[in-house]
Amino acid sequence: MVLQSLKNCLWLSCVLRTPKACFWSTAIGALIIQSVSNDVYQNLAVEDWIHDHMDLEKQQVLFLWRNSPAVVIGRHQNPWQECNLRLLRQKNIKLARRRSGGGTVYHDLGNINLTFFTTRKKYERMENLKLVVKALKALRPQLDVHVTDRYDILLDRQYKISGTAAKLGRASAYHHCTLLCNADKFVLSSVLKSPFKGLKSNATPSVPALVKNLFEEDPSLTSEMLLDAIAKEYAVQHQIDHHITLINPTDETLLPGISNKTKELQTWEWVYGKTPKFSISTCLNMTYKDSVLDVKVNMDVKHGRIEACNIDLPEQWLPPGLYSELVKSLTGSKFCPNETTTLVTTLLRVCPQDDELHSRWSLLCENMIRLM
Amino acid sequence: VCIHRVRSCSSIRFIKSKYVCVFDKSALKFSHQQRLLRTSAVSCGQIVQFKLSDIGEGITEVTVKEWYIKEGDSVSQFDSICEVQSDKASVTITSRYDGVIRKLHYSIDDIAFVGKPLVDIEIDASKGVASEEDVVETPPMSHEEHTHQEIKGHKTLATPAVRRLAMENNIKLSEVVGTGKDNRILKEDILNYLAKQTGAILPPSPKAEIVPPQRKAEAVPAAPKDKARKIPVPISRPIAFAGKDKTEPVTGFQKAMVKTMSAALKIPHFGYSDEIDLTQLVQLREELKPLAEIRGVKLSFMPFFIKVRHAAEPCVEYLQRFCQNLLNASHNIGVAMDTEQGLIVPNVKNVQVCSVFDIAVELNRLQSLGSAGQLGTSDLTGGTFTLSNIGTIGGTYAKPVILPPEVAIGALGKIQVLPRFNSKGEVVKAQIMNVSWSADHRIIDGATMARFSNLWKSYLENPALMLLDLK
Repeated sequence: MVLQSLKNCLWLSCVLRTPKACFWSTAIGALIIQSVSNDVYQNLAVEDWIHDHMDLEKQQVLFLWRNSPAVVIGRHQNPWQECNLRLLRQKNIKLARRRSGGGTVYHDLGNINLTFFTTRKKYERMENLKLVVKALKALRPQLDVHVTDRYDILLDRQYKISGTAAKLGRASAYHHCTLLCNADKFVLSSVLKSPFKGLKSNATPSVPALVKNLFEEDPSLTSEMLLDAIAKEYAVQHQIDHHITLINPTDETLLPGISNKTKELQTWEWVYGKTPKFSISTCLNMTYKDSVLDVKVNMDVKHGRIEACNIDLPEQWLPPGLYSELVKSLTGSKFCPNETTTLVTTLLRVCPQDDELHSRWSLLCENMIRLM
Repeated sequence: VCIHRVRSCSSIRFIKSKYVCVFDKSALKFSHQQRLLRTSAVSCGQIVQFKLSDIGEGITEVTVKEWYIKEGDSVSQFDSICEVQSDKASVTITSRYDGVIRKLHYSIDDIAFVGKPLVDIEIDASKGVASEEDVVETPPMSHEEHTHQEIKGHKTLATPAVRRLAMENNIKLSEVVGTGKDNRILKEDILNYLAKQTGAILPPSPKAEIVPPQRKAEAVPAAPKDKARKIPVPISRPIAFAGKDKTEPVTGFQKAMVKTMSAALKIPHFGYSDEIDLTQLVQLREELKPLAEIRGVKLSFMPFFIKVRHAAEPCVEYLQRFCQNLLNASHNIGVAMDTEQGLIVPNVKNVQVCSVFDIAVELNRLQSLGSAGQLGTSDLTGGTFTLSNIGTIGGTYAKPVILPPEVAIGALGKIQVLPRFNSKGEVVKAQIMNVSWSADHRIIDGATMARFSNLWKSYLENPALMLLDLK
């Protein structure tokens, strides 16, 4: 496990960093920590852990982290609405739902994440973002960066380089934001475009924005440099040593209960099941034997499961018994391609063995699954 | 002061007697006085309007996104009530009181206003109430001594109900491990502690505080290491109570399985089992494995079993003509796979034209898709026969159930090293695997099954035969 995390953090070569043994003995008033992992779920779990277990009255925390390719949606968002799930699955890009609000972001190693942990009373997003801007300007004075009312950081007054989200609990709060250093903009724009039409939902929508990497503005900048600069500014403002402690999000002795938190963030019930209720009203265009069928499909999905389903097929296209079986089985099952595939193929076993019937069934089911 | 005492005495009279006798009266008077001073007119059974507190940053309204409770639910202090969102910030609202939810003032997606009532809670007076200020990490004041206790320099939270339970059982809260949020001591923790009193020493809390007060700074770095050595990591606390029976509706995939299995049981099954000596095949595979790896393919025993199944087909062929679905020439052998959802059976298509290597490649592909949950409908339909390698998990003999519309199924047990007699009468080490077939007795009779199994067995026991016959 240690070797694995070391492999992951080959990019951590700065002399100022120290292993986790010193985690709790340094710094009074504030602490700067950095994750050795690039796993989005592990890193989100660290945020949860700090939020739930640390006494932030005595010590504020700045947490620095980066993830391998992942799409992260906000607490109350709809993944079907926010990104191209099919593309994500094809490209093996992870999907995570964070506990803070806000919109959808694409993370890869060219994007850095900063989380500012404070008590509820000391929650102050604008101050945090001003700190980041100050750090950037100290590093490259010619950079035209400023903070907007929407808590975004803009480059050259038009390109978004940072998005913000926050989570407030009973006694503690955190504000995290991204910073685009050298992310893959091509993948970013293609995965954050949903092909879904006809989706009605009250989930928080994302506000698309024109983005740019800081690297494009100044190719001498690296993620490392940015992390260092921000840590330095934080250290100055909190009057502590410019000292970053590395932590391993899989260390159960340091962070007891962290593996449970990591597991929870990966469950289907959290990632998809927490989607606010939504309805789909769309039309499947199916080509069958030289004719094109327009099949209207209406579905209500709650907690990620199909609550109600109606498919407008031409009469007798499927035997009515079979159609009602399909609808009955879909109702209550997850709005998930894998679950639906296994469901419909299993149902096919108890159908009369008729090639024509099988091909119609397969056509309809394939189209339905493509929606998910 | 006199007036206060009179007031508290008179209100005690109105409290039901059973609550009074449980309390230490002096404590009751003391804390009750304080409560009367601070919280006006809160007595038993009263419904309190819990208002939405200040979010900060001058925010006046939020959207209610999720309720964690519903009307009629009991809540404890610090339980989560709902999730609201405001301008990219998601806020968890927690209860200030113990009691029962009587009314939700908003529905999902409604706008809620700071300072206006969010929920109505019926307070249970015996359980007590937190001060009206927001519960923050301030040093405990005298009247809160009963509610909070300092343990090792950290505050330990416990609701008045839990505190009472501890008092009744003469337990010091400082000795109890809190497993609730923020290390809060829950009722279960007290009961756990009681249960363990006669047993071993309760292991220290696995939730070590990362930020101890300065005086403990030296001790703490050593402590987590010690804990790691002493305890075999009991992160999930032992369950003190038996769980309640839960009824869960059967949905989606499970429903479909129920249908399939019910249909399967209409088929009159008969079973036939045998033992296969795989010693030679094991050797052959050992030789071929590295060659397959060079080609980037993991070679298990399954490709052999599958290909040989097809080779043994001629036996059963003439009978298959009785079945409509098996008139097609493609032999798609299904392989049972255990996934998170349960049993899925993707099949390898057209085994009749595939080599053992081709089958291995295809199996690898299906296995990786299966574990990623990305199998397509075509992978999962069209199977003509199924093999289940249950032996990889365990077991020797099985009684597999035929998956309609197929007519037979085979379950392969684990390969064991057992002593057997060879042709010279000597005892040798043999790699033995058991196979259990189930067949549809309407179509296949015992003799046919036996002949098929023997042929299958002979190929596997003498791999050289495969060279002669396999197409």
